[in-house]
Amino acid sequence: MNPRVFVPGDAAAAAVGADEVATAVAAEAARLGVPVQIVRNGSRGVFEFETLVEIETGAGRIGYGPIYPEDVAGLMAAGFLQGGPHPKRVGRPEALPFLARQTRLTFARCGLTDPFSIDDYRANGGIVGLEKALRLGPAEIVERVKASGLRGRGGAGFPAGIKWETVARAQALQKYVVCNADEGDSGTFADRMLLEGDPFLLIEGMVIAGLAVGASQGFIYVRSEYPHAIAAIRRATAAARATGLLGASAGGGSRAFDIEVRVGAGAYVCGEETALLESLEGKRGQVRAKPPLPAHAGLFGRPTLVNNVLTLAAVPFILAQGADAYASLGHGRSRGTLPVQLAGDVRNGGLFETPFGMPLAELVDDIGGGTLSGRPVRAVQVGGPLGAYFPRTLFDTPLDYEAFAARDGLIGHGGVVVFNDTVDMGQQARFALEFCAIESCGKCTPCRIGSVRGAETLDRILAGERPEANLAVLNDLCEVMAAGSLCALGGLTPYPVRSALKHFAEDFGAVPRAAADVS
Amino acid sequence: MGSVNEIDFGTPPSTSENLVELVIDGQAVRVPSGSSILRAAQTIGAAIPKLCATDSLQAFGSCRLCLVEIEGRAGAPASCTTPVAQGMVVKTQTPQLAKLRRGVMELYISDHPLDCLTCAANGDCELQDMAGAVGLREVRYGDQGKNHLDLPCDESNPYFTFDPAKCIVCSRCVRACDEVQGTFALTVQDRGFSSQVAASQSESFLDSECVSCGACIQACPTAALTEKAVIEIGQPAHSVVTTCAYCGVGCTFKAEMRGEELVRMVPHKDGKANRGHSCVKGRFAWGYATHRDRILNPMIRGSIQEPWREVSWAEAITYAAAEFKRIQAKYGRGAVGGITSSRCTNEETYLVQKMVRTAFGNNNVDTCARVCHSPTGYGLKTTLGTSAGTQDFDSVAQCDVMVVIGANPTDGHPVFASRMKQRLRQGAKLIVIDPRRIDLVRTPHIEAAHHLPLRPGTNVAVLTAMAHVIVTEGLVDEMFVQTRCELDAFEFWAEFVSRPENSPEATQAYTGVDAGELRAAARLYATGGAAAIYYGLGVTEHSQGSTAVMAIANLAMATGNLGKPGCGVNPLRGQNNVQGACDMGSFPHEVTGYRHISDDATRAMFEDLWGVELDAEPGLRIPNMLDAAVEGSFKGLYVQGEDILQSDPNTRHVAAGLAAMECVVVHDLFLNETATYAHVFLPGSTFLEKDGTFTNAERRIQRVRKVMSPRNGYGDWEVTQLLSNALGSPMSYAHPSEIMQEIATLTPTFAGVTYDRLDALGSVQWPCNAAAPEGTPVMHVDGFVRGKGKFIVTEYVPTDEKIGPRFPLLLTTGRILSQYNVGAQTRRTANVAWHQEDILEIHPHDAEDRGIGDGDWVKLHSRAGATTLRAIVTDRVAPGVVYTTFHHPDTQANVVTTEHSDWATNCPEYKVTAVQVARSNGPTDWQSDYSSKARRSRRVAPVEPAE
Repeated sequence: MNPRVFVPGDAAAAAVGADEVATAVAAEAARLGVPVQIVRNGSRGVFEFETLVEIETGAGRIGYGPIYPEDVAGLMAAGFLQGGPHPKRVGRPEALPFLARQTRLTFARCGLTDPFSIDDYRANGGIVGLEKALRLGPAEIVERVKASGLRGRGGAGFPAGIKWETVARAQALQKYVVCNADEGDSGTFADRMLLEGDPFLLIEGMVIAGLAVGASQGFIYVRSEYPHAIAAIRRATAAARATGLLGASAGGGSRAFDIEVRVGAGAYVCGEETALLESLEGKRGQVRAKPPLPAHAGLFGRPTLVNNVLTLAAVPFILAQGADAYASLGHGRSRGTLPVQLAGDVRNGGLFETPFGMPLAELVDDIGGGTLSGRPVRAVQVGGPLGAYFPRTLFDTPLDYEAFAARDGLIGHGGVVVFNDTVDMGQQARFALEFCAIESCGKCTPCRIGSVRGAETLDRILAGERPEANLAVLNDLCEVMAAGSLCALGGLTPYPVRSALKHFAEDFGAVPRAAADVS
Repeated sequence: MGSVNEIDFGTPPSTSENLVELVIDGQAVRVPSGSSILRAAQTIGAAIPKLCATDSLQAFGSCRLCLVEIEGRAGAPASCTTPVAQGMVVKTQTPQLAKLRRGVMELYISDHPLDCLTCAANGDCELQDMAGAVGLREVRYGDQGKNHLDLPCDESNPYFTFDPAKCIVCSRCVRACDEVQGTFALTVQDRGFSSQVAASQSESFLDSECVSCGACIQACPTAALTEKAVIEIGQPAHSVVTTCAYCGVGCTFKAEMRGEELVRMVPHKDGKANRGHSCVKGRFAWGYATHRDRILNPMIRGSIQEPWREVSWAEAITYAAAEFKRIQAKYGRGAVGGITSSRCTNEETYLVQKMVRTAFGNNNVDTCARVCHSPTGYGLKTTLGTSAGTQDFDSVAQCDVMVVIGANPTDGHPVFASRMKQRLRQGAKLIVIDPRRIDLVRTPHIEAAHHLPLRPGTNVAVLTAMAHVIVTEGLVDEMFVQTRCELDAFEFWAEFVSRPENSPEATQAYTGVDAGELRAAARLYATGGAAAIYYGLGVTEHSQGSTAVMAIANLAMATGNLGKPGCGVNPLRGQNNVQGACDMGSFPHEVTGYRHISDDATRAMFEDLWGVELDAEPGLRIPNMLDAAVEGSFKGLYVQGEDILQSDPNTRHVAAGLAAMECVVVHDLFLNETATYAHVFLPGSTFLEKDGTFTNAERRIQRVRKVMSPRNGYGDWEVTQLLSNALGSPMSYAHPSEIMQEIATLTPTFAGVTYDRLDALGSVQWPCNAAAPEGTPVMHVDGFVRGKGKFIVTEYVPTDEKIGPRFPLLLTTGRILSQYNVGAQTRRTANVAWHQEDILEIHPHDAEDRGIGDGDWVKLHSRAGATTLRAIVTDRVAPGVVYTTFHHPDTQANVVTTEHSDWATNCPEYKVTAVQVARSNGPTDWQSDYSSKARRSRRVAPVEPAE
């Protein structure tokens, strides 16, 4: 067999020239008359080294990075195909501290395998969970998911097993499994990495979910801004269909399950599950009131399991290794691992999967290595654009849904964005309101009008216009939005606003005493 | 005089039978499970503030005013979207809720013009009410923020305006268009703060798909959607509940008045036919009542060449009576007759037939139902035993399979069509049997399972072929047939329909209906659950109209689709009181309640009460009257509220008949086309100007209430009474209720009907008598009115109206949404904005053959006559078929229709005429002649100066 060279095909790698690197490797090998097999694997998620090119050797895979097209000739000349020395040789990727310190359950295969090779998937531990699920039967699958303590990774952290059970118990001829891959939070990329790097894992998770809840049809709703992910998951579902993972007897069992990939139309709010369902039905992406819960009346009015990519992708491990293996990890009521996405002004950006419980400081300073710019960290926003801004004084907060909630923060989808000391928190608070105004579906009043009025009021505060009175207005508005909004978009927008006001009062011109009273 | 107030419960009622008990603001309340907290609170008078909720629409949860606190639950859930639960403890008023609600209202008002005092909705604005209810005292956002205050107002619709500056984007209009009307013309465009209500693709309301049903205006809580009449006149001061005078749906409206001026018609939530919905005609097109064309003074003339002369009521009545007496003296008792109107009240219709039978002393009374639903009467009486539809409209909500044949509900019966569409969107299946691709075949969120585009005139063959499939494939409901029907007749019929010549494969050649499709449709009808047949004039107005009605009844009996909700045989009546006009005995052979005049006991009953001897022989039908007139034996006619010249077939023959008469008395609102040949014109009154009752297509008797004095001086019943008195047959009714009392005395099916009962119940469906004191929603529940149902063999006999080289196309006719029948009313309203002329629909192939393009003038030519109109090229009609409406006298579509008619009832064969179509460059000779004659005939001589 020809030596296998791994050049990530992932969008993050492509963004730094991976495609050109792959072309250059092929061209150089041809020029040298050396036969090579180039595998476009997923990304390992260590962005510091991307494009991370790997060569399979007798001593395991040896990585080189970051590799640019112009490095390729030198690399080949340095005996890279044999794992030879080179300034950019990083050794065995697994040994990189950023990877070595992770507990990769969901992302175990990401970057390791050819994302579109079902054989590769199987050879690396795939399908085991599904095979067990096929033997267990629906009720037992649900029990295991419940026992694992897995909670929804989309942001709300709702116990997945309870949701599965609700859909499983709903009586209907047709049920659906919908995967929410509308990953719109700023600073998040885990869904995309998985869709591109290990799509069969998601497919396997969905087939298991279909078995558990009695659904024969699944949908994956991917945001339109993810063209690589869309192509990847489409290619993977086609491959899954061709090999019987999907189809009339999905995974070789007696039940049918198939998946259709649908693409969003550029609305953040369609990541909200009911707006997503509206969009899937071909309507404008507008939030539905709950109840009815999607679990009772979801897509086309049928019982529907809506889960995030990471939730579904966690399931094969739980089935394969047992609920205890998953539940034994974690902190408090937050069990298992969280694929954290480190972004912003951070030295070691990337995907870091870790059991719940790691304090924020360790994540930011130790794992993340502080800022890339070298400036001091001033604030961290966890959980996307609607997450709270935490100052260093709160960096002792462990990654844990309840611990974050106790400090008026949220974990959300696990995005961690680091800001250095040049950040203007007044502008960040304004950005939250502006973001809400731009992305609001417009259905409920607090979000539709409140977001605009909030930004206007904040402008007045920042301009020093009757700051105390306007702060009172803003606080009242935050209360109305938080308590009165129909969905989390309007309901969570006060989080970044209030946290900025509370922890970074100095950025709002006057010392906002009124804001300090809020909590 | 007060206003009729309706309580808005916020969300629709729950139909659950399980009751749930909860505590709201310390008060225990029991409501059906599935009710919203909002609705439950309203039932105990705890009105929770709300803006996006209204009980005609599903809960939406957008305004966030109706937030409540629930013990044991976090946050403040919206009470409109939160269902009640056993033991729940709810607080609707707390300081925290008050703060949140004020905060929400503050946001609303921050983007709303502060012009309440000069706003058309001042005093009728929910936003204004809610600002008060939540105690909003200030808006702290200033007036420099983003807003929608400068958006232009859309005034394109003739009846209402859309002012986006006053829109609060609650989506009630959008949801009403979707959920209630089912047109899906409105949407919210863009998102977030830019969200804006838009018609179609951001078009003007007039150019959009909007059908002006008014549901959006009804739903709008602010002045964003407002009737122009309210803008011009102001808020109404009082209201009266009455019944619409347009189609056979019989919508209940609140006539909202200011003094004697009608401000607007608002559909009434308690109306059992319309359930709070309306269409463009009933809601808006009432301006004809005060149109300048309306004739308010009686007129007479010696001959139709002379101009009209305005006279007093006394002179007109005396003259008419003298003429009738003179004619009867000269030509015999049978030389005069009367025509009753399906537009007038039951009481008025009853009086006309009474006058004919008593004062004229003959049975020459007929009704315009002759030309529409007489085959329904005959066909359903023969098979089931009663001349009426079997269900109420509510029944459609339980229907699983709907067959629509020869009807175009979205145009002809729009309010009922909306209820059909609601059920179809819930998943009921639809079969359309129609030569034309009517809108229902494919309309938003609805697609017919089967459309059988048959050749006009082949209804009986198609229906019999469906029966063939049901019988030969073993789909008959044996139990129903065994227990409920005459078995001999069934066996005979089953043998007949099973014959190979009645198979879909055999009939396909001349019906044009694909055999496979027909088989599938028949199977669906027989096996798809509760199946209902809805039909219209496309069934009855044929040479085999009565046969087709019986074929429909056969299908329903064979599949057991009678006597229970969700199924039945449902004629969609054309006019507001077709059912009533028939019930009231305005037939030459029947008195009230469909009892034959030759029946001695029946006659004796009437003779006793009326004190006259009645002729046992049936009188003349309308076509017989006209034939007799042409022959010279029929000389005098009283026509109340019908325009036979425009509406009856073969216009030239009608004209010849009328021209041959010596005294034609037209009693109408306008100088209609028939009046061109009249000698006496008696001004009529509108439905707004009199008391009475109408009976709709579901046998529902509903009150018509006088909201203003008759501008012409008398209600129509009073005029008939004057004429009868002048003829020497005294009548002395002081009020229409006394007439109804007499009807009830004489008619077993009406025995329990009184105005008091109608006022108490809102309406009743006959039979209403001791056995059914509150009326009968569904008929034939335990047995048929005639005892056992009777299957009738329905052999297909092709019409004599055949295509050939000279007339190679088949013309069929119908209605359009915005116009009504001969258009006498709707043409005198702003509805002409949608339909100014009759248009001929022609298939692209036929148009290509003839070199006809869109908008070209074409000549439509049949054996009977020719007319010209403009063409539209469309594949809505099949090749070989052309279609037009008959709303405009300039077109006079009936110039081309022929004298063929139903074998049993003489109902004209309007729906099949062999025609040729050719390009044309102007009106036909007939049109020019008629138009100048009509103009001449409408001259009114100047009033001579008083002496």
